[in-house]
Amino acid sequence: MISLKDIGKACIIALWFVALTFPLMVIKVNPIDRIIIWRWHNMLWVGLGSFLCYLAGRAWLMRREIRLRRIRQGLEAELPQRTPLSRRIIQDPVIHRPLLAAGALFFLIFPLLFSTYQTNIMITALMYVVLGLGLNIVVGVAGLLDLGYVAFYAVGAYAYALLNLHFGLGFWTVLPIGGLLAATFGILLGFPVLRLRGDYLAIVTLGFGEIIRLILENWNEFSHGPSGISNIPRPGFFGIQMSLDHSITYLYYLMIAMVVFTIFVVNRLQNSRIGRAWFALREDEIACQAMGIDKTRTKLTAFALGAFWAGMVGVIFAAKTTFVNPASFTFLESAIILCIVVLGGMGSIVGVIIAALVLILLPEYLRAFSEYRMLVFGAVLVIMMVFRPQGIIANIRKTYRIGID
Amino acid sequence: MTPVLEVTGLTMDFGGIRALDRLDLRVNPGEIVALIGPNGAGKTTFFNCLTGLYRPTAGDLLLTPPDGGTRRLNGLKPNHVTMQGLARTFQNIRLFPNMTVLENVMIGRHCRTRARVLGAIFRDRRTRQEEREIVALSVSILKELGLGDMINEFAKNLPYGAQRRLEIARALATDPLVLLLDEPAAGMNPQETRELDELIRRIRDKGLSILLIEHDMKLVMSLSDYIFVMDYGKKIAEGTPEEIRTNPAVIKAYLGEDMDDA
Ligand SMILES: Nc1ncnc2c1ncn2[C@@H]1O[C@H](COP(=O)(O)OP(=O)(O)OP(=O)(O)O)[C@@H](O)[C@H]1O
Ligand SMILES: [Mg+2]
Repeated sequence: MISLKDIGKACIIALWFVALTFPLMVIKVNPIDRIIIWRWHNMLWVGLGSFLCYLAGRAWLMRREIRLRRIRQGLEAELPQRTPLSRRIIQDPVIHRPLLAAGALFFLIFPLLFSTYQTNIMITALMYVVLGLGLNIVVGVAGLLDLGYVAFYAVGAYAYALLNLHFGLGFWTVLPIGGLLAATFGILLGFPVLRLRGDYLAIVTLGFGEIIRLILENWNEFSHGPSGISNIPRPGFFGIQMSLDHSITYLYYLMIAMVVFTIFVVNRLQNSRIGRAWFALREDEIACQAMGIDKTRTKLTAFALGAFWAGMVGVIFAAKTTFVNPASFTFLESAIILCIVVLGGMGSIVGVIIAALVLILLPEYLRAFSEYRMLVFGAVLVIMMVFRPQGIIANIRKTYRIGID
Repeated sequence: MTPVLEVTGLTMDFGGIRALDRLDLRVNPGEIVALIGPNGAGKTTFFNCLTGLYRPTAGDLLLTPPDGGTRRLNGLKPNHVTMQGLARTFQNIRLFPNMTVLENVMIGRHCRTRARVLGAIFRDRRTRQEEREIVALSVSILKELGLGDMINEFAKNLPYGAQRRLEIARALATDPLVLLLDEPAAGMNPQETRELDELIRRIRDKGLSILLIEHDMKLVMSLSDYIFVMDYGKKIAEGTPEEIRTNPAVIKAYLGEDMDDA
């Protein structure tokens, strides 16, 4: 089945990977003793590993191709359409109810089971869940590629930092203000750029994200520049003084509430008149307009709502770290949030939640492999996109169906 | 009688090309009017100008609802044109393929309903009521157009003829005064075309006016109250089907196309 040509190709690919990973896997500099350790055996493993992986992948693809061809020729009966496992789980209440209950219970008692450190990581993951769900409105549902999402996150974080610094406003007051401010920024940005499409929109939003970061970095009088703003108070609870551990636990539950709230709202939005319009807009813009949908306004709504969640999470971020500086709002953040949406399956709420947890927790737990963790992270992403381009949970939009009498 | 739709001197230039040249056209209330002409004559361009997809170089587009109060459609955005009461179908079907048949028609109700973000989140009584009305109306339109048993299908899975009817259903959901149909019979078999003939009459009988682009001469001649003929962006004739059938200019424009089988 596997020809000599494939083996040749596998050799080339193995060589390529060896060359690619050479600096990382083979050379190890020991700066203290000022020596270089050459780990030649690693080279062998990388070579062998990529060689075998390529052949395995190739064989798998070939088998599938052959089967497809046989089905097309009518030699083999088509496999009965199996509903994918993920869909079965979601659609069958007998399966998903207990699963949901177990998940809810796990998250509720999480801080009791795990250390403060773990709880802290989980808070971060939950923040990304909300960010992912927010961006999902823009990218997944309305189909607007936004690469500058982090800008709205920054607006929220700095809103809390600055309003607290200058006016002494508390967390709970700024939470909605931060959201609304970010939404306003979303509308301001949206007006000029939403007439652009696809790639152009992506580039402009990317630029916008960078502009916000550069302003924060360079406008010292306003934002304290690269050194940032510190001593931001944590969220209060009716003025009760809390120990660090307690305030982290408190923040954790606050984040859980936030996630539940977000899921609720996003779900309702998707299944509404506006959600339908967003989806239709993604399908066919011209038909949409001809059906009386205001394109600009509908897109702006999506943009502003997405920004709103980013703003609120920004406020929570500032409160969690008690410190903000522009370095937290680089393009990499936008890219990760976008990864969450794409990996989760555009438009799928459950998918985005799973993707956010995986993508944020994975690198944390890969710390054991310290220097390779980003490598593994990248590999996971690539493998996902090759084998499951539609995302963890392919778009299972709840369509509007009625019983026919 | 004031025409419900009146177009005067409509001109459309694409760079140096004049696709429409000082076109005049009227549609009276309750009439079925056909716009015919050879391929590339500019019929679809005419619709695109009318519905705001293109901004015409010159000319006036006037819409007069039954209660009077003429409105100019020039320069309005497509969605506002639809709100004013023009709805269209597309020559190359433009449904929302991954939405269900019902949802496609529900989109048509968008411009006649009001629920906003807060309504969507809180799902208050008015929003729920509105949503129920959207569904009920959409279902009744679909049943009327013979799509009642396909309500839950995805639009992309419908047979061709049904997709054309779904486009009409979606346009009807916007409550138009004038329905613009761009080659509704294209790709239909004779049986489907006969049903379409009946359907268009039924829609007219409910008080709508219809402007129809069509190449199927048999359908045009049987349906139309009045016909406009254009070629190379210019109007070359207008009149009742009988007048058009015998008009030498029309026969010349259609040279090679057999007008007698009508
Ligand atoms: N956006 C555009 N830019 C440039 N030229 C255009 C544009 N749209 C239409 N045209 C030109 O205008 C002319 C009329 O085209 P139109 O599609 O309106 O013809 P039609 O009468 O609908 O033909 P058919 O019967 O084949 O549908 C054509 O020559 C076409 O090339
Ligand atoms: Mg045409």
